[in-house]
Amino acid sequence: MASLTINGRSYEIDVEPDTPLLWAIRENAGLTGTKYGCGVAQCGACTVHVDGQQVRSCSMALSEAIGKQVTTIEGLASEGAVHKVQQAWIDHDVPQCGYCQSGMIMAVAALLETIPQPTDEDIDLAITNICRCGTFQQVREAIHAAASA
Amino acid sequence: MGHAPQLNRRSFVLGTAAIGSGLALGIPFGGPTAVHAADGTLEVNAWVVVRPDETVVVRIARSEMGQGTLTGLAQLVAEELECDWSKVTTEYPTPGQSVARKRVWGDFSTGGSRGVRTSHEYVRKGGAAARLMLIQAAANEWAAPVSECATSKGVITHVPSGRTVTYGKVAEAAAKLQPPADVKLKDPKDWTIAGKPLKRLDTVEKTNGKMIYGADIKLPGMLNAAIKDCPVFGGTLKSFDDSKILGMKGVKKVVRVGESAVAVVADTWWHAKSALETMPVVWDDGKNANVSSESIGKWLQEGLDAAQPAFVGNKAGDVKAAFASAAKTVEAVYAYPYQNHATMEPMNATVLYTAEKCEVWTGTQNGEAVFAAAVEASGLPSDKCEVYKIMPGGGFGRRGMTDYVRQAVAIAKQMPGTPIKLMWSREEDMLHGRYHPVTQSKLIGAFDADNNLIGLHMRISGQSILASVRPEAMQNGMDTVTFQGLNASGEAAIGYTVPNLLIDHSMRNPHVPPGFWRGVNVNQNAIYLESFMDELAHSVGQDPLEFRRKLMTKHPKHLAVLNAVAERIGWTTPAPQGVFRGICQHMGFGSYVAAATEISVTGGNKIKIHRIVAATDPGYAVNPWQIDRQIAGSFVYGLSALFYGECTVKGGRIEQENFDTYPSMTMKEMPKVESILMPSGGFWGGVGEPTICVAAPAVLNAYFAATGKRIRSVPLKNHDIIFA
Repeated sequence: MASLTINGRSYEIDVEPDTPLLWAIRENAGLTGTKYGCGVAQCGACTVHVDGQQVRSCSMALSEAIGKQVTTIEGLASEGAVHKVQQAWIDHDVPQCGYCQSGMIMAVAALLETIPQPTDEDIDLAITNICRCGTFQQVREAIHAAASA
Repeated sequence: MGHAPQLNRRSFVLGTAAIGSGLALGIPFGGPTAVHAADGTLEVNAWVVVRPDETVVVRIARSEMGQGTLTGLAQLVAEELECDWSKVTTEYPTPGQSVARKRVWGDFSTGGSRGVRTSHEYVRKGGAAARLMLIQAAANEWAAPVSECATSKGVITHVPSGRTVTYGKVAEAAAKLQPPADVKLKDPKDWTIAGKPLKRLDTVEKTNGKMIYGADIKLPGMLNAAIKDCPVFGGTLKSFDDSKILGMKGVKKVVRVGESAVAVVADTWWHAKSALETMPVVWDDGKNANVSSESIGKWLQEGLDAAQPAFVGNKAGDVKAAFASAAKTVEAVYAYPYQNHATMEPMNATVLYTAEKCEVWTGTQNGEAVFAAAVEASGLPSDKCEVYKIMPGGGFGRRGMTDYVRQAVAIAKQMPGTPIKLMWSREEDMLHGRYHPVTQSKLIGAFDADNNLIGLHMRISGQSILASVRPEAMQNGMDTVTFQGLNASGEAAIGYTVPNLLIDHSMRNPHVPPGFWRGVNVNQNAIYLESFMDELAHSVGQDPLEFRRKLMTKHPKHLAVLNAVAERIGWTTPAPQGVFRGICQHMGFGSYVAAATEISVTGGNKIKIHRIVAATDPGYAVNPWQIDRQIAGSFVYGLSALFYGECTVKGGRIEQENFDTYPSMTMKEMPKVESILMPSGGFWGGVGEPTICVAAPAVLNAYFAATGKRIRSVPLKNHDIIFA
């Protein structure tokens, strides 16, 4: 039994320690906002924060997250207030199918913590999530909007 | 002031006779008997439910998969209903309900960019009919003539007295009235909700993790299944040794699925997948075990010159005579590979089967096809089956197929009473696609002594989608969809007049299963024709735009979008130093599209795209904001296909298993797309797919302008050409 802290809440999780964090979050903690896309850290749909750093949770073992603060899309809004990245996403109508957007939003939120006013080049380097609908144009607009919010 | 009702009371009375004929005509206004919606509210008609709290529920039969159809269709209904847009919400009727009500919602299929363009009329009539019924109910209450009533934003006003009542107050009475015989639709120029750049209705849940996709379904007692189908298409499952995994944590059962697959059922999907990966499985690869991309390519190549039979898609004059009399001919051969849809969410379906009922929860582009698959695979009668459509994480054509649903039903049948969620791994998804078909094309152009193009022969050799997916739709063995964008007329017509023209198809169907892939056959047809048009222009020293224009005088709508992108990119003015331009146009899915690009190339192989200008004329624009997003997104799909997209075949199976070997574009590679939306009215074209096809040729033509090198096969990575 492992104790995992997700969005400030403790979850007792009874799985093998090498289980990918993604599946512990989705299937054991029951938080399905974090998505499976590739399982090999290529697409970024599973992006969460571990102690504030963006992590592709499909490729981190559960055991590595024990004792750390895991934040998922469900926990990004603090005390009911929508995070500025989420607000920018809503204002700019960014998602299409939306499946990749949890990971995209988490990656962007992490970027803005590190670089509050990112340039286009900063964005190009930091945001490498795949979106097959092709929302990149709106993603870029929304990042700049969130940065100046 | 709202619009005055178009019908008087007498029309409503007479309208009682029209219900049957309305249905017979395929105009699904709703049945004569009031029907309760899921929440107990009486529906005004099949398309509209108005709750006592004034919430307007618009029923949507087509599937939302990111393309915005849900919002667009709701706008069309709301426009005619004249309700308050801020009170609009939507719901999907189920395919089971539709069958029980004589398909009152019409076709559920959502592909071919048809979501709006083939249902706009009857959904608008649904909204208009509901509005008339609501007015009638109010007029009855007031004992006033309908002609004295007006509507605006969900409020009915009796104009002479100034009395008002809201839709929610009269909805129940309206629900008991007979629908009108016919309704007049608004002129699109009078639209106030449709045609406007409104936000999507489904955005918030997509930003906070609350949107439930098929992969997120949870049912009480549900188990999870992971599956492996024989990697070689057409092969079978010989044996598996489940003794190795049955003792593993969480594993409940190992089941054979049809002739070719095996699934592990476990408490969690991670347990199911991990166990499946360690289980020894023996396949019988069957007769396709030696097929490779090379062998397929060679077979298709033979079709480029094979005499007959070849299906003729478009013909004018006599190309042979033109070639015989030509002062000069130009010839080129092009090729397009297999590509996977690679939706972000791998295929999945959840099924609860009992001897009495089969229920399916899945993201699908075609609820009715899933319903039919459930009926067939379960062996239960149709009134014992039901399908609940869930938001799909992308479709792009892949989720029009039902193979994964049939698998899920087959597994659930072996565990009656236990809900089973079958989810494919990314690897399974890559290996068992319904791939963009593989084709090659040889094009020959003939010029007279004055450099006029007098003949064009375009031979397509390769795979038919219909032969595999919808053989019943073929015409005397011919797949008409092969000629998308090349037809003499219709929704996918060629934009050029060449006096002697022959476009034909030597059909060769390898064993790799093809499918409709966002953009379908215009993707490669536009690359072939629009690259070759560029080749022809350069071969006679003419400007590619001017060369096209001369051939387009009888195709004003094609020409209009081409001119629009030429003007926006500044075609007639010099490009910045080191920057080169490409241009092209095409037509598909009822819309006219064109693109122009500016690129620079370093080291001969590193492409930087500086500008993309894309124009589309879809006839009517239901939501310009969402169309803009479809255009921008279509370039990500189209340029990912151009630069990276290839599934190669070796040993009868696909070699690429994940995004590391089948990459897709990211932020840094994607330039801004400047879209030009120029709806000219009078027809309804699609917007989800058409502009994909002009992405690649616009870049390829610019690459030639920059380097003098003509690229004739996709993807560019095979030519060592990469993004700068």
